[in-house]
Amino acid sequence: MVTLNVNNRDVQVDVESDTPLLWVLRDTLGLTGTKFGCGMALCGACTVHLNGVPTRSCVTPVSAVADRKITTIEGLSPDRSHPVQQAWIELDVPQCGYCQSGQIMAAAALLEQKPRPTDEDIDEALSGNLCRCGTYQRIRAAIHRAAELLTPRTTQSS
Amino acid sequence: MSLARREFLKNTALLSGGLVLAIHLPGCSKPQSVAPGGHFDANAWLRIGADNSITFLCDRSEMGQGVYTALPMLIAEELGVTVNRIKVEFAPAGAAYTNSLLGSQITGGSTSVRDAWEKLRKAGAQARAMLVGAAADEWGVPANTCYVEEDGTIVSPHGKRFTFGAVAGAASKGPVPENVPLKDPNEFKVIGTTTKRLDTPAKVDGSAQYGIDVKLPGMLYAALAQPPTLGGKLESFDDSAAKSMPGFKAAVKTSSGVAVVADSWWRARKARDALKIRWEPGPNATLSNAVIFRGLERASRQEGKIARQEGDIASALKAAHRTITREYQLPLLAHATLEPQNCTADVRADGCDIYVPTQLQLIAQSTAAQAAGLKAEQVNVHTTFLGGGFGRRLDVDFIPAAVEASKAVGKPVKLLWTREDDTTHDTYRPPAFDTVTAGFDRDGRLTAFRLHLVGPSVTARMFPAVVEQAIDPFAIEAAANYPYDVPNILVDYVQHEIGIDVGYVRSVSHALNCFVVESFMDELAHESKKDPVELRMGLLAKQPRYREVLRLATQEARYGSPPKGRTHGVAVMEGYGTYMAQVAEISLEGGKVKVHRIVCAVDCGRAVNPDTVVAQVESGIVFGLTSTLWGDIDVRNGRVQQTNFDTYRLLRMNEMPRIDTFLVDSREAPGGIGEPSTALVAPAICNAIHVATGRRLRSLPLARHKLA
Repeated sequence: MVTLNVNNRDVQVDVESDTPLLWVLRDTLGLTGTKFGCGMALCGACTVHLNGVPTRSCVTPVSAVADRKITTIEGLSPDRSHPVQQAWIELDVPQCGYCQSGQIMAAAALLEQKPRPTDEDIDEALSGNLCRCGTYQRIRAAIHRAAELLTPRTTQSS
Repeated sequence: MSLARREFLKNTALLSGGLVLAIHLPGCSKPQSVAPGGHFDANAWLRIGADNSITFLCDRSEMGQGVYTALPMLIAEELGVTVNRIKVEFAPAGAAYTNSLLGSQITGGSTSVRDAWEKLRKAGAQARAMLVGAAADEWGVPANTCYVEEDGTIVSPHGKRFTFGAVAGAASKGPVPENVPLKDPNEFKVIGTTTKRLDTPAKVDGSAQYGIDVKLPGMLYAALAQPPTLGGKLESFDDSAAKSMPGFKAAVKTSSGVAVVADSWWRARKARDALKIRWEPGPNATLSNAVIFRGLERASRQEGKIARQEGDIASALKAAHRTITREYQLPLLAHATLEPQNCTADVRADGCDIYVPTQLQLIAQSTAAQAAGLKAEQVNVHTTFLGGGFGRRLDVDFIPAAVEASKAVGKPVKLLWTREDDTTHDTYRPPAFDTVTAGFDRDGRLTAFRLHLVGPSVTARMFPAVVEQAIDPFAIEAAANYPYDVPNILVDYVQHEIGIDVGYVRSVSHALNCFVVESFMDELAHESKKDPVELRMGLLAKQPRYREVLRLATQEARYGSPPKGRTHGVAVMEGYGTYMAQVAEISLEGGKVKVHRIVCAVDCGRAVNPDTVVAQVESGIVFGLTSTLWGDIDVRNGRVQQTNFDTYRLLRMNEMPRIDTFLVDSREAPGGIGEPSTALVAPAICNAIHVATGRRLRSLPLARHKLA
């Protein structure tokens, strides 16, 4: 038995210690918003936060996260109210949508670190998240928009 | 393999390259039955509930291209409600949902809106007429004196009101109107207005259900071991080590390998990797890219089936003052949908349910039925959201093993491929070896154009009936419709099979042929010392829609005046009824191409949801960038060498150029938009590289070429 703290809830899971966190979230806990794309930390579809740090859950053994706060897309907000989700909705970012949980988690972590990221910051923080539909242009715009929603410029007229 | 054949023949008429425009309105010709609870099944797509719900059964798969929103918009326009009033569910498999442009229930070929354009507007108009008719009868007033408010309330001339739900039961008993008038397009309120995607909310909170997310009571999980050599067979396997592993349930011999079933997917995968398997390599043991391309080159010496013939090409080339012949080659490509292939099957003695991200429900149904030993009508197909399609999910190779495994263990089974399974067992985009020849007269006028296409045929495998009688219509796109005004034209196609399965990949043969044609047109411009745009414009005098997109793209890109250190290249194409031009702006940095900007002008006729049109253009361009820069499947000893995203590279955020899309304000009928933009990227970039370096690249990807 391993005790995990997922989305502010303690849960006990009975899995081998080398099981990647991704499969515990998806198959054991039913949190399927976190996606499997590559299994090698190459695509970012499985991105979750560990103590706020964006992490590829597909290569993170469950034994390594017992003492950390795990946040998944389901725990980002109860009602899509996180500024990143709001910006994503405003700009209609997703297409097939499969990578978007990972993109959103990566973007949310970036904004925690850098509330007004530059394009270079976005390149650095998001280049590990593949989108086969090619929504990158909108992701970039939506991150800038989320930054505005988080910390509106006082000089803004509207 | 011809899984689709029976299905195809059943539905036939189709394909032949042209469009079959028969409108099919199932359920229209006979009186409606009263559904329990007073529901009104207006037709195959639209259900009005006694609870006042409006449900659209979406008969096309949502794979990012936006049918989940664009199709209900067509219904909403004529039903007279806002699109937000409509709840969308995915339709089951059914002949009623046949795509009249493709002859089966298929999401592909950028046809969804084109096929639905009249059909779904009629469906909406018909339902509205029946609902209003029922209300008017109740009030004893003429139907044409009533109107519908956009929340779905019917209002009488005296201000009395009925919700749709209140008259649903009555409407279902009413007569079915034969001819319902459609709105004058000038009165459209929904169509042409940017509308928020209905699937976005579920795609930002993790709740959207993809195939990989399906969970059924008592469900087990499976990982599949497939022959490492394409076309190989299972000889024998030893599961003694796997059997002692935690969660192991069974190792099932299936038609596509060994499915290892366990109580979680991770355990299934680990147990799969513990199997000792002997594979028979099969006929492709010595197959390699070198062998494939030697075969294509040899086949190019044959004459092909004629796709287009005008004038007398042989005489014209003989009489030409000057001829130019060039060879172009294109590699095999993988689809690389981000969601690996998967299928969940629940086989019982009397029936079967499959939950599957598929682009073709009827063939999925018959495939599952065959695997389960059931009749097609005993199989229910539940289409999920697709984590990318791009044509990969027009194949059904991942379905039988799931069904066979479920049948063997007597429980629902979700079978999921790894990324490595997916990359090494794709149905790859056909490679090509094409020869193109032009003849000029003494005055430098282009008098002859010959395009000789060679490659394996996807259609021959999937829909063999089509190519028995005719040329594969999906091998000659952006070639047979060569738009330039040349008196003597021959386009022909040699079908040459390569030993492994090829599949439809986004933009299909447009992406092959547009590269050849538009690169070659650039060569001809440089050979005749003309500007590439000027040469094209001159030869497109009779093609106003081509000219307009080329004008718009070059204007917006400031073609001819690129920023310092950068160059421009252009390409223009019609595909899927959509006209498009692109200008690529590039530079060379350390021997590598950097793409700074792509400007794309689009005439796709009337855009149903303009913001989705722009999104699809961007999406297609990124798909084209990835294949242009890196796309390359390497077969050695019958095995695909690329396995994951480290060896099969996709474009990333930091490599993303700026994309600017400009829509022509068009009143023409809608064209397709999911695919065309992919095809223009490679020629536009290679034409810009030629300007920068003087080098003409006649093969892809760019990663193969040293440009320093």
